[in-house]
Amino acid sequence: MLPSWGILMNFIPNSTIKSNMLKETGLKDIDELFSDIPKQIQINNLNLSKGLSQQETEQKLKEIANKNNSMPSFLGGGIKPHYISPAVKSIISRSEFYTAYTPYQPEASQGFLQAMFEYQSMISEITGMDISNASLYDGATALGEVALMCSRINQKKTFVIPQNISWEKKSVLKNYAKGPEIKIREISYNTKTGKIDLDKLKKNIDNDITGVYIENPNFFGVFEDDVEKICKIVKDNNSVFVVGVDPVSLGIAKSPGAYGADIVIGEGRAFGNPMDFGGSSLGIFACKNEFLRQMPGRIIGMTKDFDGRRAFCMTIQTREQHIRRGKATSNICTNEGLCALTAVTYLAWLGGDGLEELSKINFEKGQKLAKMIGSINGFEKRFTGTHFNEFVIKSKINPNKINKDLLKKGVQGGLILDKCYPELKDCMLFGVSEMHTDKDMEKLVSTLKEVSHV
Amino acid sequence: MYRSAVYDEPLLNEIESYKKVYEVRQKNTLPNSIQRKEKICISDLDETQIVRHFLHLSQMNYGIDSGIYPLGSCTMKYNPKICEEITRWDNFANTHPYQDPSTIQGNLQIMYELERMLCEISGMDYFTLQPAAGAHGEFLGMLLTHAYHEFNKDNQRDEVILPDTSHGTNPASATMAGYKLTEIPSTQDGTVDLNILEKTLSEKTACFMLTNPNTLGIFESDILEISKLVHKAGALLYYDGANMNAIMGKARPGDMGFDIVHLNLHKTFATPHGGGGPGGGPVGVKEKLEKFLPTPRIIKDKKGNYDFDYNCPYSIGKVKEFYGNFSVLLKAYVYITMMGGDGLKEASEIAVLNSNYMKKKLVESKKYEMPYKQLRKHEFVLSCDKLKQEKNIRALDVAKRLLDYGLHPPTIYFPLIVKEALMIEPTESEPKNELDKYVDALIKIADENPEVVKNAPNNTPVKRIDDVGATKTPVLTWKMK
Repeated sequence: MLPSWGILMNFIPNSTIKSNMLKETGLKDIDELFSDIPKQIQINNLNLSKGLSQQETEQKLKEIANKNNSMPSFLGGGIKPHYISPAVKSIISRSEFYTAYTPYQPEASQGFLQAMFEYQSMISEITGMDISNASLYDGATALGEVALMCSRINQKKTFVIPQNISWEKKSVLKNYAKGPEIKIREISYNTKTGKIDLDKLKKNIDNDITGVYIENPNFFGVFEDDVEKICKIVKDNNSVFVVGVDPVSLGIAKSPGAYGADIVIGEGRAFGNPMDFGGSSLGIFACKNEFLRQMPGRIIGMTKDFDGRRAFCMTIQTREQHIRRGKATSNICTNEGLCALTAVTYLAWLGGDGLEELSKINFEKGQKLAKMIGSINGFEKRFTGTHFNEFVIKSKINPNKINKDLLKKGVQGGLILDKCYPELKDCMLFGVSEMHTDKDMEKLVSTLKEVSHV
Repeated sequence: MYRSAVYDEPLLNEIESYKKVYEVRQKNTLPNSIQRKEKICISDLDETQIVRHFLHLSQMNYGIDSGIYPLGSCTMKYNPKICEEITRWDNFANTHPYQDPSTIQGNLQIMYELERMLCEISGMDYFTLQPAAGAHGEFLGMLLTHAYHEFNKDNQRDEVILPDTSHGTNPASATMAGYKLTEIPSTQDGTVDLNILEKTLSEKTACFMLTNPNTLGIFESDILEISKLVHKAGALLYYDGANMNAIMGKARPGDMGFDIVHLNLHKTFATPHGGGGPGGGPVGVKEKLEKFLPTPRIIKDKKGNYDFDYNCPYSIGKVKEFYGNFSVLLKAYVYITMMGGDGLKEASEIAVLNSNYMKKKLVESKKYEMPYKQLRKHEFVLSCDKLKQEKNIRALDVAKRLLDYGLHPPTIYFPLIVKEALMIEPTESEPKNELDKYVDALIKIADENPEVVKNAPNNTPVKRIDDVGATKTPVLTWKMK
């Protein structure tokens, strides 16, 4: 039962003085304010529950939260738990930041603008690009936007992707590509290594290819290490080379800029944002300076005020919808500002060395867990390519049964792949991060042994 | 007198580091071709330095918690703290989107119930929560429009019509989805011109996009006729929900005849704007469009268990990974739960009262003009054109001078059909004395020495900014400095 006490707060201070205000405004009653709505569609109430006090609301939400179970999870799929320092949480809880709008008035938004400038600087630094925007919605919409941008750059109409990207991204990309009629061409992966099939890529490159997208590491967790060959194939064809990254890997992995990428995108949630059931999210979008005017999204620039003092503002806005309307480079207005602020705070807290260390730990945990699971009878690593912190395991037993049994023991197993990759029957995508202790990993392995021996 | 904190805050990379830095990169077994060789140039600072840096930055930023923030069409209302708190609970924040549905019944319940709450508020039949923002919702709306006409073998419909008062995102979203645009001029009253609309509609029209009340804050009283005309032409009617805060519990887009609606959770439903996001732009549709909604849908069985449904053969697929910005959805759910139906209605009533109260005082002052009809909803648009003619004071100058009073300016230069526009939306959150203060400031500014107004602001961390210089020589990272 809910407690029946609680102070009702409706966040409407003038509720109690509305008759005075009506009088001062020269109105009889509230209804007069709505008299221009046709009678037949006027309503006078909403069929929703009665409002609750804050205490009652918390109680109700606690009951709902208790229906969730956040157990140890080894799910891959591009999203995993990461450690977030209370310092980061404390900074992004400053309400001068989180209750601000998009910084249309730069003089009153210098704090957020400077932080976004620092975000752009750091993202450019780790991706090896010249510039970055101030965020897009997520990694998937960044992929959609990148296909449109490539086509704006060279007017060509076919965008190449690897077959093994997440089905969610594929679906989002298809929807973004529909309007400008960009065709999507998929390149299959090498079934042994899990990397993109280079011969197929070569054969599928022609004059109409606007851009080529690869992921590093890819959806199977495998690093594409033939990047120089891939880059040459793409550049020889005068197409745009786009690389999608897991930014956590960039502490130890080469920045895509260093192997020739023109545009780098990715999902940046891992930088300080909780999993939040998949949202919030943070679309990373960085590129070479020459493509600046084709970029989607907000961009923050450094300039001066009229006294010559350093200042920041939104810039190159003639690309944007509020100026260019139908001719804008994108329709995006609200982005993921606070998630970008979280990312810059988190990266500042880590520092360059910290990012390297985090990256290394994730890599090592990935190697260790893959070895541990691969040594269990009936389980083997599916691909030979070097992986980061996610990897594919093939099992002799039906993964659905394994996951069901694991769940009973309080562990969430790997992501089952055959629904989206029918050729990967009995395969699971495992993910691990600095949050998983040796004990967690041992528990997974012993439970896997247990359930696979029954 | 208002004064903002001012710091000469260095950039993060300009702060001196005292930490021991690795001299040699750590060893790893990555293939040589993709091993990072170069050091990452991000300073390694102590937590003390980092916290101070960002605290200083926060003090040079204005949010709704700092004071009134009446940006028109942005609905900057108070963001209840309880919503922030609940979203941080482990059982919500630490859930993975691919967890077994039996372990995330709470999340699914929130989403299932929120969809139905939004249906009731907007008068639509079904909702999807996937879009991350209003413009994202518009884009989805255009994809749904396309899917609907394609399903009906009505493929020649390649045009979208919009009024000249529309938000910039409307034409941008329609173009992105591949539509041609036709913009129609408003009447002398500032509303949709039925004759022009009728003449513009044809067998080529896919959709008419509208916000009601429109961006002048005027309710389109001919909405039922508009709906009739649009549907007679075989087109769909789209509702841009940015202005929904004007009519909750008073009228519903669904009853007006709209086929597709997006709502901005970060406006009407009190989730914070975060300095630019994350937002939420759920999209509601009438039954005839349900089968095209994004996957997965959330379903509930007879036993009361929730699950995902991916079996949607006509669905357009996805516009975002996973299920939308869940943390934003959760905050909106908490807000609606707290407010209840009556609370939401009260919010709209007082938002409209506050707007009309300010409007009356400002019109009576005769310092500013108000073109078009008088009765406004949650926002109203003034013109500084007279000030410009007489004293060369522009809307931009008024906005900057307001900052000196510690008040956030309204939206300026929008909608485009009003010269030197000031678009004011106080919302229901502001107590009367704040409204009075704002009105007084605007009146006072009109009488001030034009030199003072044109040189504003002076009490902010920086003075007026050279944004032309920023565009001419872009400096977008600390390396480009």
